[in-house]
Amino acid sequence: MSTQNAPDLTTPVPRGPLPILPPPRPARTVEITIDGKVVAVPEGSTLLQAARSVGIDTPTLCFLENLTPVNVCRICVVEVVGSRTLVPACSRTVEPGMVVKTDSERVRLSRRLVLELLASSVDVSTAPQFQEYMRRYDAKPERFGTPAPPAPTGERDASHPGHHHAPEPSHAAAVAQSVKIDNDLYVRDYGKCILCYKCVEACGTDAQNTFAIAVAGRGFDARISTEYNVPLTDSACVYCGNCIGVCPTGALMFRSEYEMRQAGTWDESKQTKTDTICPYCGVGCTLTLQVQDEKIVKVTSPLDQQVTHGHLCIKGRFGWEWVNQK
Amino acid sequence: MLKGIHNGAKLFVVDPRRTSSAQWAEKWLGLHVGTDIALANAVAREILVAGLENRSFIENATSGFTEFRQHVETYTLEYAEKLCGVPAESIRELAHAYARADRAQICWTLGITEHHNAVDNVLALINLSLLTGHVGCYGSGVNPLRGQNNVQGGGDMGALPDRLPGFQHVENDALRAKFEKAWGTTIPPKKGWHLSGMFDAMERGELKGLYVIGENPANSESDQHRTMKLLKSLDILVVQDMLMSKTAEMADVVFPAAAGWCESEGTVTNSERRVQRVRRALPPPKGVRDDIEILCDLARRMGRDLGNPTSEELWNELRNLSPVHAGMSYARLEAMQGLQWPCYDENHPGEQYLHGRLWARPIVGPRAPFSCATQVPPVDALNQDFPLRLTTGRRLDSYNTGVQTSRYSSPLRHGETIDLSPEDGQKYGVHEGETVRVVSRRGAVKAPVRFDPGLRPGLAFMTLHFPDQVATNELTIDAVDPKSGTSEFKATAVRIEKVGDTVAVAD
Repeated sequence: MSTQNAPDLTTPVPRGPLPILPPPRPARTVEITIDGKVVAVPEGSTLLQAARSVGIDTPTLCFLENLTPVNVCRICVVEVVGSRTLVPACSRTVEPGMVVKTDSERVRLSRRLVLELLASSVDVSTAPQFQEYMRRYDAKPERFGTPAPPAPTGERDASHPGHHHAPEPSHAAAVAQSVKIDNDLYVRDYGKCILCYKCVEACGTDAQNTFAIAVAGRGFDARISTEYNVPLTDSACVYCGNCIGVCPTGALMFRSEYEMRQAGTWDESKQTKTDTICPYCGVGCTLTLQVQDEKIVKVTSPLDQQVTHGHLCIKGRFGWEWVNQK
Repeated sequence: MLKGIHNGAKLFVVDPRRTSSAQWAEKWLGLHVGTDIALANAVAREILVAGLENRSFIENATSGFTEFRQHVETYTLEYAEKLCGVPAESIRELAHAYARADRAQICWTLGITEHHNAVDNVLALINLSLLTGHVGCYGSGVNPLRGQNNVQGGGDMGALPDRLPGFQHVENDALRAKFEKAWGTTIPPKKGWHLSGMFDAMERGELKGLYVIGENPANSESDQHRTMKLLKSLDILVVQDMLMSKTAEMADVVFPAAAGWCESEGTVTNSERRVQRVRRALPPPKGVRDDIEILCDLARRMGRDLGNPTSEELWNELRNLSPVHAGMSYARLEAMQGLQWPCYDENHPGEQYLHGRLWARPIVGPRAPFSCATQVPPVDALNQDFPLRLTTGRRLDSYNTGVQTSRYSSPLRHGETIDLSPEDGQKYGVHEGETVRVVSRRGAVKAPVRFDPGLRPGLAFMTLHFPDQVATNELTIDAVDPKSGTSEFKATAVRIEKVGDTVAVAD
C-alpha cells in the first residue's frame, strides 16, 4: 500500500483546542415545600432527590441510583398535599408548588406497616439497613405471629398463579425455604428476598441485558426465578454478580461470604475496603476489595464510579481467587 | 454499548462469528476472515457514490483524498460481496447509516489487529472516519477497545520500540536529550524491536538474553514450536511475574512480583485513556516483592542506585517528563476518579476525545492522511488439505493464557474445544464431544468438538485460555504485520481428523 503524505512520527502533534462537550441540558428550577422548608431543585428531580438535597433521609429498599425506579417496595412513600394516596418519592417528580410531608403520622404508619409485613415473612437478619429502618419506625413484625416454618424444597417454586392457600392462623405466612446452591460463585437464599426487583433490573436492561431472572408467580407466591426455574448453571446467567451488587438483604450472596457466615468466621469489623482497578480487560472498572485476614473475601464496585456505575463482569467480580492461593 | 442501543443508537456488527453483540445489532455482517479492507473500501466507495462524504472536512483537514477516491473505485458493492461473503445490500445499508449518522464510532478489537496486515486494516477504518468527519468530535471517533487493564498504560509509559514515556519519539534528538538529562544516562538513539522483532532477533542470534515482566510468551505467541525453540536458545531468560507461568517455568531466574492491582500502589490506563489509581489492599505473600523494589534492587546490583522511590515519586518524575501527563497529580486522580490524557497542567480537565485539532480552522498541526489499503488474503491459505478457517479469540470468563482465570471456578467454563458450525459437523461426520485432531501447517492438537450455530460453514473457533490442555498456538501462524509486529492469530488454515475418542462437553 502506498503511504503518501505519511506524517513525521518523530515530531509531536501540536496541542489542539479543548474538546467541546455538550452543555448540560438547562433545567428550570422548581420550588416545592418539604416538611415546611422551601426547596428549589432542577425540574425533573424526584421527591427523593429533593428531600436528600436538604438532608432529609428518606428510606428506600427497591431504589438504587444506578437502576430505573420500579416503585414496588413503597417504603419511600411521602404525603403530597392534595393527593389521595401516598406517592413513591423515588420516582415522583417535583411539580411547582407541591407541598410534601415526609414524616407525617400517615407516612410513618405506612412505612411501619410495609416493614412489618416484609419482616414478618422474610428473614432480614443479613439486612442491616432494613433493621435500622425497623428501629426508626418502631416496626413490630412479631404482631403477625411467629413465621411459618420453611416450605419444603421446591414447593414455592412450583406454585402456580391463581392457587390461593387458606390462611394458617397459627403462623405469619413466610417465604422461608432452603438456600439454592448450584454453583461455586454465589448462592441464592430466597427466604431473605423482599422482592424489590433490583436483581431483575440489574440482570435486564439496567445493566447486564442477560434476562436470566424474572419474577414468577403472583401475590404471595411471587418469587425471583430463572426461566422454568432451572438451576443457574442451565440458565442464561453469565455470573456478572450485578444482582448480588444490588441486593439489599443478602438473599444473593458470594459463596465465599456465605460459607464464612456458616462457619462463623465472617467478621466485618476485621475487614478493610480498598478501591482499586480490575486486573483484567481495558474497561477499567473500580473494584472495592473487601479483605479479611489478608484474604479477599468479597468484591463490590462503587455506584458512583463513572466507568460502569458499579456494574462488573464475572472476571472482575469473581476472578480474584488466585490472589488468596499463597 | 447496549445503553446506547436502548437510547436509540444503531449497532452494526462486522464479525465472522455471530457473537452475542451481533444479536443486538441492526445488522450483522458476517464477513470472511481477513476481508476487512475489502469491506471498508466498499463502504468508502458507496459513501462517495451516494455523495455522503463530508466535503468541507475532507478539504480542510485531510490529505490524499484524490488518490484515495481512485483507489477505492474498484471496490464495488458486488466485488466486496464476492470477496467478503456479505450481501451487497447490507454493505450499502452500513455505509449509508454510518455516513448519515450525526455521530458515529467505529470500535474494534483484535479481529482487526491480529492480522499480517493489521495496520492496513486499521488505516482502512480510519479512512471511513476521515471521509465522513466522524472523528475529533463528541460521540464520534475510531476506538480500539483495549483487552487488558493496562495495555494502554504500557504504551503510555514507553513500552513501545520507538517511544519514550508520553509517546515522545526516541529518534527525536531534543526529546531524547530531555530524558537523558533527567536520567543521567545515554539512551540508544534508534528505535528498538517490537515483540515479534525480538523473536526474529533471537533467530538471528542477535538477542541472547530476555527479561520478561508480566507476559507469558511461551503460551501466548503464535507458532508455539518456534517460540519454545527460540526461548530455549537464549543464554539467559529472566521472568518477573505474579504467578508461575509457563514462561516462568522455563526461566533461569524468576523474580516473584506482587500483584500490581491489589498488593501494590500505582496507576493503570484504561481503554478511554483514563489514568486510574490501583491500590494495595493486602500484603503480597512472603518472599514476593513490588515491581519497583525488584527493579531498583536489580539496578543497585548493576551499579546504579535509584533509591527506594514510592510509586507516587515515580509518577511525579513521569509528570515532569511527559507533557500529556503533567496535570495528573495523585490527588487529582483520586478526586476525579482518574483523568484522561492529554492533561497538560493541574487546571486541565483531561480530554474526553482526541483529534479535535482537525476541526480547528485553520487546522492545527498536520493534515490527517487518507491511506490506500489494498485487500490481501490471510497468509495461511485455505486449500483441499486445510479447508477450514480457524480463528482464535477469548471467552467471557477467561483471560488470555488463563494464568489468573484458571484459578477460579467459573460455571461457564467448559475447557478448550474446537467450535464448528453444525453443518461442518455433519460434513466431516463428527459429533459434539468427539475428540478430533486439529492440524495446521505448523502443528496438531487434540480437542473435543463443540457445535456453535453462530459459526458459518467453513469457520472454526478456538481460544488460548487452556494451553496446558490444548496448545492452540501450536497451530497459529507467525506471519507478522511488519508495521505493528502482531501475528495473524485470527486466520489459520486447518483440517480436522477423527481420532475416535469421545469426552463429555458441557454446553
